[in-house]
Amino acid sequence: MKVDFSAVVIGVSAGGFQALHTLLPLFPKAFPSPVIVVQHRMAGEDDFFIDSLNNKSRLTVKEAEEKEEIRPGTAYIAPGGYHLLVEKDHTFSLSVDEPVCYARPSIDVLFETAARVYGSHLVGIILTGANSDGSNGIKTIKQGSGLTIAQDPETAEVNLMPLSAIATHCIDFILPLEEIPSFLTNLVEDTHDNS
Amino acid sequence: MNNEEIEINILLNAIQLKYGYDFTQYADASLTRRIHKSLADSGYNRISEMITPLIHDKEFFNVFLNNLTVNVTEMFRDPPFFHNLREKVIPYLKTFPFIKVWSVGVATGEEVYSLAILLKEEGLYDKALIYATDFNDTVLEAAQKGIYPAQSIKTSTRNYQKSGGKHSFATYYHADYDSVIFDRALKKNIVFANHNLATDGVFGEMNLILCRNVLIYFNRELQDRVLKLFHDSLRTNGFLCLGTRETIDFSTVVDAFVPIKKRLRIFQKKRDQTQEISDEG
Repeated sequence: MKVDFSAVVIGVSAGGFQALHTLLPLFPKAFPSPVIVVQHRMAGEDDFFIDSLNNKSRLTVKEAEEKEEIRPGTAYIAPGGYHLLVEKDHTFSLSVDEPVCYARPSIDVLFETAARVYGSHLVGIILTGANSDGSNGIKTIKQGSGLTIAQDPETAEVNLMPLSAIATHCIDFILPLEEIPSFLTNLVEDTHDNS
Repeated sequence: MNNEEIEINILLNAIQLKYGYDFTQYADASLTRRIHKSLADSGYNRISEMITPLIHDKEFFNVFLNNLTVNVTEMFRDPPFFHNLREKVIPYLKTFPFIKVWSVGVATGEEVYSLAILLKEEGLYDKALIYATDFNDTVLEAAQKGIYPAQSIKTSTRNYQKSGGKHSFATYYHADYDSVIFDRALKKNIVFANHNLATDGVFGEMNLILCRNVLIYFNRELQDRVLKLFHDSLRTNGFLCLGTRETIDFSTVVDAFVPIKKRLRIFQKKRDQTQEISDEG
């Protein structure tokens, strides 16, 4: 299979602390695209969470900053209390627009703005959570011919969010958490072998 | 440019020609999202179809403008910010016989009433003049009324307490069925006025400017213009407070400010070298 992608967006809610601590350390240091994450949480919980992920990962893990240029090999985490949006010039912007599905940051907002910018070169992933946020974003990514993945609900700490994403019929692959990074890395290698 | 970008471009041009509002230097992603939200509410199919009613129907435009710009917030948003304002900035302001404060982009008014309450509790309210500005007259009217849904009061009360509030929050408002209305006395020294950051000029001689979570909606050029405007509107040693994820690092006036509490984006405009602090009274 040939899939060339420029960015990976991940949405995760309840159970995310553990899930991201499993997932992000499995990405190689030279992962060729940025990984952009919305984890639902309260404003003010950021520092410990991000430091801890950064210490355990080969990717650089940091909070996404307003107007920051989006770079490969880096995992960006949305700040608590703000929506995270992707701009056409491949920078981030933030907003305090109303919460979506009770959430700010919202997965839908990240996914929809990323789909607008990256189109078919986008991978969207929904992990554990007790919310339906992200399902609309998955539809938008699919409409733009991007690739979509849901964590296998059997392996999710809370299965509601992946089940809701799967129910949109817009999910391409359902994978256990641990297999997602190698799956993505193989896609990149396949692309390069064939090009 | 794709079709959607062309349509948005023409729509923003039409708004500027007709009403003078300039959105061309707004950050794109959020603006586009909000235009799509208006489109969905309007029942039209394409963004360009909204141009005719925008030009010819003032009421349609007012609703569109609110959708585009208004953020409902809560009182004492970011309690640590208000706590530090009280601890670090207020004691300095107390040394003045009279202070001028500018609350920028007040929207529905939650922030300016929070500020009024804080100044009152610190004994500063009666010697303060607070300018509360926004570029949207509809929200300025709402802000002036100071009426909020009752369901918002729980969060606001919790924020107030966390921010170091000294009384019972309930003493500042009257509850009436589904609404709360804030004490009329809080408005006594607040001047509500229309001011547009994208097009209007300096608002002079301020001791304190609060502009939180407004700059994030602008591109870098407009952000820089606005930060210069704030710089020019502040007295020497005056304070500038931005949203906790906003920055002045890129701006041409960065060297004119020192951080008082960097994490919470409280800055002080540096003393001119020729001026002594005593000239501040």
